[in-house]
Amino acid sequence: MAAQPRSRRETLRLFFLISPSLFWLVVFFLIPLLLVFAISFGQRGTYGGVKWVLNLQNYLRFFDPLYLRIFGRTFYIAAVTTLICLITGYPLAYFIATRPPRWRNGLILLLMVPFWTNFLVRTYAWILILRDAGLINTFWTGSLHATLLHLSGLVPLPIWEPLLHVTAHPLALFGTDWAIIIGLVYGWLPDMVLPCYAAIERFDFSLVEAAQDLYANRLKSFLRVILPLTMSGIVAGSVLVFIPSLGAYVTPDLLGGAKSIMIGNVIYSQFMSARDYPFGSAISFVLMAVMLVGTLIYFRMGTE
Amino acid sequence: MSEYAVELKEVCKHFGLVVAVDGISLFIRDGEFFSLLGPSGCGKTTTLRLIAGFELLTAGEVYIGGRLQGETPPYRRPVNTVFQNYALFPHMSVFGNVAFGLEMQKVRKEEIRQRVLEALEMVRLPGIENRKPGQLSGGQQQRVALARALVNRPNVLLLDEPLGALDLKLRKAMQLELKALQHRVGITFIYVTHDQEEALTMSDRIAVMNQGRVLQVDTPEEIYERPADRFVADFIGETNFLEGEVKGRRAGEAAVVVDGVLTLHVPIERAVGMGDEVTVAIRPEKISLHAELPDPRAVPGIVQEVVYTGTDTRYLVQLTEKTIVTVRQQNVGIGATVSFPVGAQVYLYWQPESGRLLKT
Repeated sequence: MAAQPRSRRETLRLFFLISPSLFWLVVFFLIPLLLVFAISFGQRGTYGGVKWVLNLQNYLRFFDPLYLRIFGRTFYIAAVTTLICLITGYPLAYFIATRPPRWRNGLILLLMVPFWTNFLVRTYAWILILRDAGLINTFWTGSLHATLLHLSGLVPLPIWEPLLHVTAHPLALFGTDWAIIIGLVYGWLPDMVLPCYAAIERFDFSLVEAAQDLYANRLKSFLRVILPLTMSGIVAGSVLVFIPSLGAYVTPDLLGGAKSIMIGNVIYSQFMSARDYPFGSAISFVLMAVMLVGTLIYFRMGTE
Repeated sequence: MSEYAVELKEVCKHFGLVVAVDGISLFIRDGEFFSLLGPSGCGKTTTLRLIAGFELLTAGEVYIGGRLQGETPPYRRPVNTVFQNYALFPHMSVFGNVAFGLEMQKVRKEEIRQRVLEALEMVRLPGIENRKPGQLSGGQQQRVALARALVNRPNVLLLDEPLGALDLKLRKAMQLELKALQHRVGITFIYVTHDQEEALTMSDRIAVMNQGRVLQVDTPEEIYERPADRFVADFIGETNFLEGEVKGRRAGEAAVVVDGVLTLHVPIERAVGMGDEVTVAIRPEKISLHAELPDPRAVPGIVQEVVYTGTDTRYLVQLTEKTIVTVRQQNVGIGATVSFPVGAQVYLYWQPESGRLLKT
């Protein structure tokens, strides 16, 4: 066969072209991943380290209600974050994509400006806003409380009593799930806006005119035409927000305080404090498997 | 019920400082094939979009079926549109596309199915309802777009250069098909085109537009034979324009002297006075060439150029120092018409009523 040697040469050339990235992925991704996978079946040594006793103990331990609850909360937080990003990000993307072309790049730039500041600094800023002596609560227990107190002196009404009561104490913002969600939404919003923007910008708006010409009102045109044809952006944006939110570590560590932790913090503490590498590896793998399956299902849903 | 399907009264549309439509009044009869014809940017598409409701009026009134439309949104107007780029929904099958309008009007499922299949039959595309628009050729997409509009049985169908993207052969075939279809369904068609031949072929009446205004509304024959002004004469078909001065009037005819040496006799259809600067328009195919003086009114000239184009031969004939006219002689049969070589002395003759007196 004359074609045989040529196709082999083709294969060799392809291999040569991808070899740098292949080398990188194998050495710095695949091998460490396999190491972690192997460690997840080991046992914690007395002083840390790994004892190579093959067992499934680490995976079974994960099903302890304590860890399942943290895992469940992690999912909940990531899902709510994604939903809020979608509800706020899609209209924003729509707004930007429907401006005159000369405005669009500037608006996208404005969206990115806050992200030129370091992530840690931005998350710290949220502590200053949310904590008990922070921006919101200073107003809540300070100016607002004082104003209400003043008004109650002027006009005696029964509504002042409960209002004064709630404004007497700071709102529990910092250290809650909602603090984490606020931080995550703030951090990942552009990752939702950009794919949605790309999809909406590509969208041919003459199709909306066609839909309206065929008796579809604004809502129906949106649901039947715009939404399905920009679904690719929604799917990509949701995955881009959901996956990092699921594995979040810094945001819950800073904004969640001691009460609210996510699975990322558990993994961190297993490696860094408990020095239980095998258990930490096992949780990492469970998280990865769940992400992989979830992403596959989601992409399948989006392409259909 | 009004006798008109669509009425426009003093309609204006401004985009910022740009005046797209500048005070148009049109009365389009029920069941008529009506064309808006003009060069690009003349406001014909904007006029169509004003009827569909995609644009809001700056001034004036639009009536559809005798009803004032005002700010009625497109989805409440009894018209459907065939878009220039078809605007088929790429994520829906052909069936889904055609059924869309009926679904929005909450027609029963069985009836939708029946009407969609009928509509596809009507545009001669049966059996493709499960395909996606991306899998169809341009001509097929065009038919689907037509079926998607017609399935709703609108009072008025708006067509925005629907054949613009098709190749010449297909376009010619579709012209005749569209005309036959319109005849069959009896729906009023308002058809936007910049192609004068297309408009002449298909329309019952044509409105010629330029710079946001309507210059003439008439049947194709009237538009071609009796253009209202120089723009219409120039835009539709080919025309010779001869500029001259009115030197005499007698028995309904004006004597127009061109370049001071040549006298033409033209019927008077508008008030002209002695000494007025006027333009005489004559179609090239109305002029015949003769070797000897056939009539006292014939004018002499010298053949400058001869171009054989198959169906006919074009002559460029010099009349005066500054004036050259085009003459077309149909090639009836080999040797059936006399042909003249370059440099030949000829006489040009046309029936006086073929000449048209226009304002300069």
